[in-house]
Formats: sequence, structure tokens, C-alpha cells
Amino acid sequence: MPVISTIVLAQGPDWIKFDIAAFVSQFWNNTIDGLAYGAIYALVAMGYTMVYGVLQLINFAHSEVFIVGAYAVFFTLAALGFGPSAPGLSLPALVGDLVLAMLVAMLAAGLMAVLLERVAYRPLRRRNAPRLAFLITAIGASFAIQYALFAWRGANPEPAVIMFRPQPVFDIGGVIIDSQQITIFVAAIILMIIVDQFVNRTRLGRGLRAVAQDPDTATLMGVNKERVIVLTFLIGGILAGAAALFYVMKVPAGVQFNGGFILGIKAFAAAVLGGIGNIRGALLGGLLLGVIGNYGATLFGNAQWIDVVAFVVLVAILMVRPTGILGESLGRARV
Amino acid sequence: MTTTSDRPTASGSTPASSDKVSIRDRWNSLPRPQQWAWLIPVVVLIYALPLLNPPLLTTEPGTNFPLALFDAARFALIAIGLNVVVGQAGLLDLGYVGFFAIGSYVAALLTSPDSVLWHIPYLWTLPLAMVITMFFGLVLGGPTLRLRGDYLAIVTLGFGEIVRLLATIVGPLKGQVGFQGVGRPPGTAADGQPIFTTSNGTAWYWLCVTITIAVLFLVGNLERSRVGRAWIAIREDEDAAEIMGVATIRFKLWAFVIGAAIGGLSGALFAGQIGFVNNQKFDVPTSVLFLAAVVLGGSGNKVGVVLGAFVVSYLPNRFVELAAYKYLIFGVALIILMMFRPQGLLGARQRLLAYGRQAYLRLVGRPEQVSSDSSLRGEGEKPA
Repeated sequence: MPVISTIVLAQGPDWIKFDIAAFVSQFWNNTIDGLAYGAIYALVAMGYTMVYGVLQLINFAHSEVFIVGAYAVFFTLAALGFGPSAPGLSLPALVGDLVLAMLVAMLAAGLMAVLLERVAYRPLRRRNAPRLAFLITAIGASFAIQYALFAWRGANPEPAVIMFRPQPVFDIGGVIIDSQQITIFVAAIILMIIVDQFVNRTRLGRGLRAVAQDPDTATLMGVNKERVIVLTFLIGGILAGAAALFYVMKVPAGVQFNGGFILGIKAFAAAVLGGIGNIRGALLGGLLLGVIGNYGATLFGNAQWIDVVAFVVLVAILMVRPTGILGESLGRARV
Repeated sequence: MTTTSDRPTASGSTPASSDKVSIRDRWNSLPRPQQWAWLIPVVVLIYALPLLNPPLLTTEPGTNFPLALFDAARFALIAIGLNVVVGQAGLLDLGYVGFFAIGSYVAALLTSPDSVLWHIPYLWTLPLAMVITMFFGLVLGGPTLRLRGDYLAIVTLGFGEIVRLLATIVGPLKGQVGFQGVGRPPGTAADGQPIFTTSNGTAWYWLCVTITIAVLFLVGNLERSRVGRAWIAIREDEDAAEIMGVATIRFKLWAFVIGAAIGGLSGALFAGQIGFVNNQKFDVPTSVLFLAAVVLGGSGNKVGVVLGAFVVSYLPNRFVELAAYKYLIFGVALIILMMFRPQGLLGARQRLLAYGRQAYLRLVGRPEQVSSDSSLRGEGEKPA
């Protein structure tokens, strides 16, 4: 006869297991790898956080903007001759190809984001629709794009495109940092610094912050609100396109019609963790979430636990500190 | 918006000239017994549908008609539950399928021979599923309902996905292998065969319709109670409601928990009919389909959401070639609806409550004019 105590999830090896030995032994490798994943989350989280900062809208369809970028990466790389085995290209040729793929993905995702704003959200803004209508439109748009991709490409993931084989670069007491992790992390940080500086230092960025702070007053002061909103969506889309390149780099066979969905939730969790509406918060939240998710996966012994851990982090942060670690504000960013 | 709607014009859908009373107004002004006299034949017809199998309406040969009807009844129950959350209280729940899944798993874990837990009769799992989903609703709603509504949307979205993931990765929940032989209600027909079988939709349809009608009564009474008024107040303007002394968090939690319980109930019913539960039927697209049923029919309007549920479940069964594209179609439908008809096919009506209606009739001498507002109509569109 089964015992009642098996219902309690933590008890009995059957339900949930804790692999503390693996957690300890892989701690540093997980941290490094988590930072690379976290950089991808952070780039996607930027899209959520900026749109939220300006419009107070959760753009559910942002995950589909991202996956459109991933398809763009896939098609570009496939056209350039990349396939299931790493090509033996020279470094400049490889970098050229990857930059080209990233630009195409930025273009595709950026256009998708702007199109989404035009087609779905702008008519609602004109009508001064209530919030619930925006959210329902957002989720409807998310599914429309997902299943349009499904109708076009089918349910199976696209074949893998391997960009390069990760080479160990540093070896610090057994902890290996490979070229892929470095590429993703450094490139993502550079992109985020560019956006941060753009928002904080340029004229357009000032307009953006003004609209985030007080749309009506900003309009009275001569800021073109509509243009700022399009710009916000565009920047979010461009960053999602960049994230798509790194995502395909990390998960070569991950280009699938619904592949953006879970990543979107994780990116949103990252944005909330750092403080939604806060650009630096998105970076911090993304990196933290990447690392925590990796720890969780090792601890529970299954990669799918990453998603569960991210979700639990989201609920926990909402309970304890709903404004996130760095607080929520795009408008109050420093000049 | 207030519930007293004595303003002269109603919006678009109702012709509101005073000499031409719409069907709806006439219906609303009928006394209850007369309404019943009309309703009973309709209910009888609904019960008789699987036996009649009317030629144009039938989904055969694509789908077995009684099973398609059960599907519609199940969707109706889900839509009524989700309508409490989305339509009445104005909270966007995108993970409703999570509660549905929990209900299914409660039924499966406690009745299937594949489960390691102790077993109880199937019918007992229905109330138990409700209690357990209520608990999960409390756990999920507690922290998030204090915050802005958007957070609830994304947290529930994540919740729906996490329930499915846990069903996949927690060993004893058996992932894709699932549980065979989920229990069914007792009873055998004259020939000794059990009445409730997986292939016979009729008995399940009747059970589900009966439960749906019972739930409609309960939810309808709740709507007309203090709780229902509090929900409407919260939906229309949460800050104002709070200031007027409505305990917003408590009532929002009530709506969320009651919605969750109905979701769990429908999940347990579904598990019983299908007889097999695994992790494949509880993905978030299904959740959005539920939402589409509510929004399409008219969130806040009970008859509307039942109609919406019928449309959403019936069309893919009737036109099988459409089934592969249903998520695309209903996703686009949500966007278009929000633009052109946010109140859905049948919008929610702001009506006087029972006594007020009688008083209005006596004082003014004609039935009240009904305005069509819902939480989804834009500020600019509300009649001035």
C-alpha cells in the first residue's frame, strides 16, 4: 500500500529529488553558463521593460517578435551554408556571417515589433481602450503570430545551424569558460550599454524618458508621443533580434514556432526581478535569473526545471518586493 | 459605470427608441415564472440534442455528435467559470488551463489503477477537485492580486505552463505515459453495459449539462448578491470601489478562487469522459482558447459566454479541416474583436437589480432601458 506521505513533494525520492553533490560540483560552471543564458534573457527582457515603461503594457507578443528574429537567423545562416556541423571558416569570415545574420534578425524583429504596434495596439490607443482590451489583444497577437508560423513551417523545429564549436578560452581551476559564453556575454553587455547610453544621453532618449514619466506633459512640451512609442517598440525588437542570434548560437535546434513562448515568460520574470521599466534592472534580473535557473536545473536534475524555477522566482519577487531589485522606472533614469 | 441605466440611449447593438422595445428588454421585463415557461422547452431541447442529431447541426461524419456536444458543454462550463474571473471581476486569467489540469489530475490520481495513491469513487473527486483547485487559486492569487492586473495575467500564464511542466517532470505524475482507466460514475444500462463510457458522449453530455445549469444558477445568484456588485465595482473602477469601502483584494480573491473551482470541476469531468489523463492536453494555447470563448461570446454575459464556448468548441469539430488552424483563427479573432466589438457577440448588460427593476417599472411605466457596457469598451465609446 502506498503511504500518504508520498504526496508531500519534498519527501521520497520518487517525487522530487535533490542532487546536492552535483549542485556543488558544477556550481561555477553553472554560474558561467547561467551568465551567458542570462544575457539572452536580459536582451529580451529589455523589450518588455521598455514597452512597459512607456505604455504600462505587457507586450505578450514580444516573445513572438523574438522568435521571428530566430527564424531570420536560421534562414540567413542556412542561406550562407551553415548546417548541422560547424563550418571551417576563418575568423573574419565567421564574424562577418554572424554580424550579417544578426543585422537581418534585428531588421526582421524590429519590423515585426513596429508592425505589431501599428496593427494591434495603435487602434486601441486611438479608442482609449481599457487595459484589459490591450492585454487580450496582446495575447491574441502572440497566438496569431505563433500559429501563422506553425501554418507556414509546421510543428517540428528547424534543423540545427551550428555557428562554431565552443573552444575553451580560460581554465580557472577546472572551471572552463568557452568562446561561446564569452561571445554572448560580451556582445549582449555591449548592446545593453549602447541602449542605456542612448536612453540616458541622446535627445530621442530624453523624449522617451519624458513620455515614460508623463505622456500628457511630454506631448505638451513638444515630444511626438507616437514616434516615441514606435521607437520603443523598434528598440525592443532590435534587441530581441540580437538575442535571437545568441539563442540560436546556444540552442542550435531551438527554432520552432512556439520556441519564444517560454523564453518570453522567463525574460518577463527577469524584467520584474530587476524592476520592470528599468533598463539596468533588466540586465541584472536577466543575469540573476539565468544563474538561478541553472542552479535549479542541476539541483533537481532536469533541464526543464529552469522554467519552473524562473516562475517561482517571479511569484516570490512579486510577494516580497513587487517593484523588483532596482525599482521600477524608466522615467526616473538619470540624465 | 453605474448599474442604474436610465439614460436615454443605449449603444450600438440595441435599438433604443422608446416605442420599439427590443427582444432582450421584453424578456427582462417578463416575470420570472413566465421566463421559466419559455426556458423549460429550450432546456428540454438542449437535453434532447444528442438523440435528435439534427442534419445541419450534426458534426458527423467528422466527429461523433454526442462527443462534440459533450465538448461544447465542457467548454461552456469552463467559460462560465472563466467568466467569473474575466467578465465579472475584470481579472485576466491566462492560465485557466492550469486549474483545469489540476482538476483532471485529481480525478486521475485518485481513481486510475495506474496511480500509486489510494482510490476513491469517481463522483467524490468532483468536489475534491474543486477544493484542491480553490486552494491553488488562493496560493496563486494571494500574492498577485494585490498588484496591478497585468501581473496577474503573466503570472497565470506562467502558472498554466508550469502545471504542464510539472506533470512532465515529476515522476509519479507520469508525463506523457499518463493514467489509463480514470474512474467514471456508477450505473449500468438494462443490458448490463456501463452507462458512462468513453465512446458514449450522450450520458456524459447530460451529466455535464446538468452540472453546468447548476453552476449557472449558483453563479447567477452570486452575481446578484453583494459579492457580484463588488465585482462589478472593481471591474469598472478599482480605486473608486476601494474608496467606497469595497474590500477589493478579498473580492478579487473570491472571484479568482471561484473561477478556479469551476475550472477544476470541468477538468475532473473531462478526465472522466476521456478516461485517460496525460500532460498533452493542458498547454497554454488551450487556455487562450478558453479565453477566446469568453471574450468572443461577450465577457460578463453568461448567455454570451455559453454561446462563445459553443462557437469555439463546435466550429473545429464541425469543420474538421479548420481544426489545425483554430489557434490562428481565434488569435486573429481576439485582435479584431478588441478593435471593432470589444464587448463580444452579446455584450454584458448593466441592469438594475431585481428590486430596482420592479420599482423602475412601476414608477416609469415601462421596462428599463439597458445599456451595453463591459470592462472592454473604450472610455471614448461609452455613451455620454
